[in-house]
Amino acid sequence: MELTDLIISAAKIGGLIFAVILPMVAYSVWAERRVSAIIQDRVGPNRVGVPFTKIGLAGLGQPIADGIKFLLKEDFTPGHVNKFYYWLAPALTMVPALLTCAVLPFGSELFGEKMVIADLSVGPLFIFAIASLSVYGIVLAGWASNSKYPFLGGVRSSSQMISYEIALGLSLVPVLLIFGELNLGAIVREQSENGWLLLPLWGEGAIWNGGVDRLLLLFPALIAFVVFTTSIFAETNRLPFDLPECETELVAGYHTEYSSMKFALFFLGEYAAMIIGSGLIVTLFFGGWSLPFGWDAMLMGDATEVPWWLGLIHIGTFFAKVTGFILFFIWVRWTLPRFRYDQLMKLGWIVFFELALLNVFITAGILILTRSN
Amino acid sequence: MAIVVQRPKLTLAERCYLPALAKGLRITLAHAVRILRRKKKVTMQYPEERWDSEMPEHYRGAPALVTDEHGRERCVSCQLCEFICPPRAITIVPEEIPAEDRWAKVEKRPKEFEIDMIRCIYCGMCEEVCPEQAIFLRKDYAITGTSREEMVHDKEKLYEIGGVREGLVNKWNELK
Repeated sequence: MELTDLIISAAKIGGLIFAVILPMVAYSVWAERRVSAIIQDRVGPNRVGVPFTKIGLAGLGQPIADGIKFLLKEDFTPGHVNKFYYWLAPALTMVPALLTCAVLPFGSELFGEKMVIADLSVGPLFIFAIASLSVYGIVLAGWASNSKYPFLGGVRSSSQMISYEIALGLSLVPVLLIFGELNLGAIVREQSENGWLLLPLWGEGAIWNGGVDRLLLLFPALIAFVVFTTSIFAETNRLPFDLPECETELVAGYHTEYSSMKFALFFLGEYAAMIIGSGLIVTLFFGGWSLPFGWDAMLMGDATEVPWWLGLIHIGTFFAKVTGFILFFIWVRWTLPRFRYDQLMKLGWIVFFELALLNVFITAGILILTRSN
Repeated sequence: MAIVVQRPKLTLAERCYLPALAKGLRITLAHAVRILRRKKKVTMQYPEERWDSEMPEHYRGAPALVTDEHGRERCVSCQLCEFICPPRAITIVPEEIPAEDRWAKVEKRPKEFEIDMIRCIYCGMCEEVCPEQAIFLRKDYAITGTSREEMVHDKEKLYEIGGVREGLVNKWNELK
């Protein structure tokens, strides 16, 4: 590997993680508070702006103030905890969430450089492998806290993860069958040319261009979308599946004993996981960075390489879609009540597991019928 | 005897949960849209927006002493308010009016009159008990200070808040 490659990779990591994802995490907390407020007929944080001035900026300074508050608060480690795991757990929830964005294609190309940190040909598998690690953070936090509520939260978290991870993985099999591809970048390019998985209205995917298979596949794709999205909700521990946290029953669940920045890491890890989850849904079902209706091909014209302005548009499109999904996540959180524990287990094992499994066969059947010749 | 509660039989649409989910999302979205389009307003942005104009006549704010239309203080220092005050916020030091004074008939007046606004519970009993209608609860509600001393309203401050209130008060009547 040459030095320039290293520099380019470092720039991509710095640009994506530190300049985009982390501020996005902070601001999705703000968005959560504002959106929850307007849903509940309130106002939400709208005051904090530039310090010592009257400039309010609609409360956009709030995340920065919150961050400073988290850093300055007393970082209290209770005497009865297992110190090593207690310190390890917050990092273990944040790190996997950030690691997974390595394979997410967040743009097409910019100056001939692919806008993805690691262009792996096993994208979704990598994400599943890393994302399931985040449960260790929660379980360790519950165990190391040496206190009953965090312990119950940790136990719930592990059983919830196991029951949803299967549905999560299986629901993606039909998608991978349809594209015949495990590279997320290639999946997005395919969708850019031949229509998004849930919107096949242009290219070869359109019904008038002979895309009968894509129309039939819309049904299993929709099932996969519902199962996958719901499983992502469970995976990120957000309402209606926030049983590990579950304020009303478990005080604060697995992070009851945490304070200051260690608590913030759990808190932000949840939001980072939400952003990555949204990115994954967008990439697989809604064409990632691509513009709808074949505008990509139209804007490209005869150029062989993606012009820089189109590259920027693609990056903007990706993050616009992700933002839309984050808002959807927030909207669902402030609409639905929490599931009861047995309902959650039932949904995971009896409904989603079977549905996802069935969906694999439906998709395979449609593919055999339409693409076998 | 145990009561058997009949569980309602759910239809397929109700059991698969998604229609209910959509319904719930629609309700929350309607609320969000109503707030965003400013069709409905619940919160008042307090320091900028105030409800002073909508305050009811009977509002119980800070208690204050009033003077009559000739600038005379109405309080005769009977100390009834001091005794009735549930949190004991009022402290009065009475003083005799000298015999050569034109209003010597009244005999007493407050030398010092202090209300500790940290203790005051705005109950209005002082106003109720006052035989001379000298103390009233005004509409001032934002009583703030940076020290405990600042929160004690002295006589001067109380008259400043109270202002003038017109109307016949018997104690000045020479014929009675």
